[in-house]
Amino acid sequence: MKSLKIAAVVAGVFAATAVHAQALVKIDGSSTVFPVTEAVAEDFQKSKKGSVRVTVGISGTGGGFKKFCRGETDISNASRPILAKEMEDCAKAGIKYIELPVAFDALTVVINPKNDWIKQLSVAELKTMWEPGAQGKITKWNQVNPAWPDKPLKLFGAGADSGTFDYFTEAINGKSKSSRGDFTASEDDNVLVQGVSRDNNALGFFGFAYYDENKGKLKAVPIVNPKGKAVAPSIDAVMAGEYEPLARPIFIYVSAKSMDKPEVKEFVEFYLKHGGKLAKEVKYVPLGDADYKHALENFQKKKTGTAFGGHAEVGVKVSDLLKRNPKE
Amino acid sequence: MLQATDLNAIRAIITRAKRWDLFFSLLGILSLMIGILTFVVLFVDMAIQGVPRLSYEFFTSFPSRRAANAGILSAWVGTILVMLVTALSAVPLGVAAGVYLEEYAPKNWITDIIEINISNLAGIPSIVYGLLALGLFVYYFGFGQSILSAGLTLALLILPVIIVATRESIRAIPQAIHEASFACGATTWQTVRDHILPYSSAGILTGVIIGMARAIGETAPIITIGALTFIAFLPNAPFSGDPPAGLFDWIFAPFTVMPIQMFNWTSRPEAEFQVNAAAAGFVLVFMTLAMNGLAIWLRYRLRKNIKW
Repeated sequence: MKSLKIAAVVAGVFAATAVHAQALVKIDGSSTVFPVTEAVAEDFQKSKKGSVRVTVGISGTGGGFKKFCRGETDISNASRPILAKEMEDCAKAGIKYIELPVAFDALTVVINPKNDWIKQLSVAELKTMWEPGAQGKITKWNQVNPAWPDKPLKLFGAGADSGTFDYFTEAINGKSKSSRGDFTASEDDNVLVQGVSRDNNALGFFGFAYYDENKGKLKAVPIVNPKGKAVAPSIDAVMAGEYEPLARPIFIYVSAKSMDKPEVKEFVEFYLKHGGKLAKEVKYVPLGDADYKHALENFQKKKTGTAFGGHAEVGVKVSDLLKRNPKE
Repeated sequence: MLQATDLNAIRAIITRAKRWDLFFSLLGILSLMIGILTFVVLFVDMAIQGVPRLSYEFFTSFPSRRAANAGILSAWVGTILVMLVTALSAVPLGVAAGVYLEEYAPKNWITDIIEINISNLAGIPSIVYGLLALGLFVYYFGFGQSILSAGLTLALLILPVIIVATRESIRAIPQAIHEASFACGATTWQTVRDHILPYSSAGILTGVIIGMARAIGETAPIITIGALTFIAFLPNAPFSGDPPAGLFDWIFAPFTVMPIQMFNWTSRPEAEFQVNAAAAGFVLVFMTLAMNGLAIWLRYRLRKNIKW
């Protein structure tokens, strides 16, 4: 133990000599938000001609918040709102944060192109397929709707640790993480793409970007929205607020303490000004211009806290979110 | 007549034995081929996909959202620096521990327990080392999510391999050499320095390479201690930058490594990133082979100096 302490002291001396010569913005969190943040980081570094350095990790939304609430990162990427437990951790460490929606991800329900019996799906039909009670019972298409063929129903979905799974189950089954367990789950969306494209009787869900890149191998199912209209996923449909309830906002959380660092402030402002265009480029759906402006205002006014109160919500409009008074 | 029957019986036995011999040699070749062919198929597939992507720009560009502009600069520099820290810390520690256990340690139950544990350590999943390192290096020692933490983590991971290899190659030295050295009045240290280490260095190198080859492909422990996915700058070279960096500042720099870059690219939706991943995989295999090649060459040179 004594030698451990000596080693720690030696280490401390070493660490103290390390000078942080350059401004650094540290970001970690969700792999779903990663492509957008990466694009922004890339362009921001270029616009600053390398005088500010940005690093982005992918520890996942939960892992990212852990580091964030320890004060190790400046910004946390999140594909869902901060949860009550994480709010507690941040409060304990005295970390205040500003919650900023940055784009939408459209969860896309896909089937094999050879599937000719599905023209659209309602939330109720999806629920019949995915609810926990369906486990071992609903195994054929005609059990969901008698008009459909007597063929095996093969389900593919995101792994239980992902924000995608949380949101899909919340939107379809009414409760986050509540789902049947007997489906092919993978954290790697490319595995799901392969699975659905090789099985005529398959149905799966994942982020829009993966569908968009594999349009030739997959068919996206129009989802009946609360107004009764079947809408296929697309950037325009999400922006118009028609693709409900499977469009979800994604967020960045900025530490209030880090806002005092000019490089972090500049980065977030850059994010909210150029994020929409860059989100579209990496196949995510931008927010409306007014929403980005509103978010920027909230940021500059340092409105700390979350608009959600520690749990996820389905079908809430970003413009309403931004108007809410955030709580810590 | 009787003798002829005996002879025939013996011939039959020999033929049968030879048939089995042939059968087992075929089985052996088949087993070997399964291993080698799998590697060859994987490697060729990766090479066909990835090699056309290799260009000067691929090695000198940082990651990017555009697959065509993305490169592996931060990844290969990170991998080499982490491997450097790993080698510099694991080799002296591992060899010293191996020499101590073989030459100095008293043969008692404590030594036995240590020996058993070292063999067991080699079988521990790498993620466990990652968790240990996260607590010890990253937080307790305050090294942070740096090249130093990663290098030390991988050093812990390959330490058992190096210790075992050191002991095995020391045991391969004829006992007579020990005895002759002691008979001339040499101390244990003199024996180790002048005879044991030079003669066993070829075997130790083999162990080091097996360990390093394992370490270069590790992803799980490195992600645990906080390697990054997007990093578009290199650690400051010593004495460069403003204010000038110290000689060892780079060991505290954030970093990424090749396997993480590959993993990130394979999970992207765009097909072009899969090509990038294949190209990066090809480079990683090539780096491993280059490391092995260096070791074989060193081993050859060292063997030439052994006089017995």
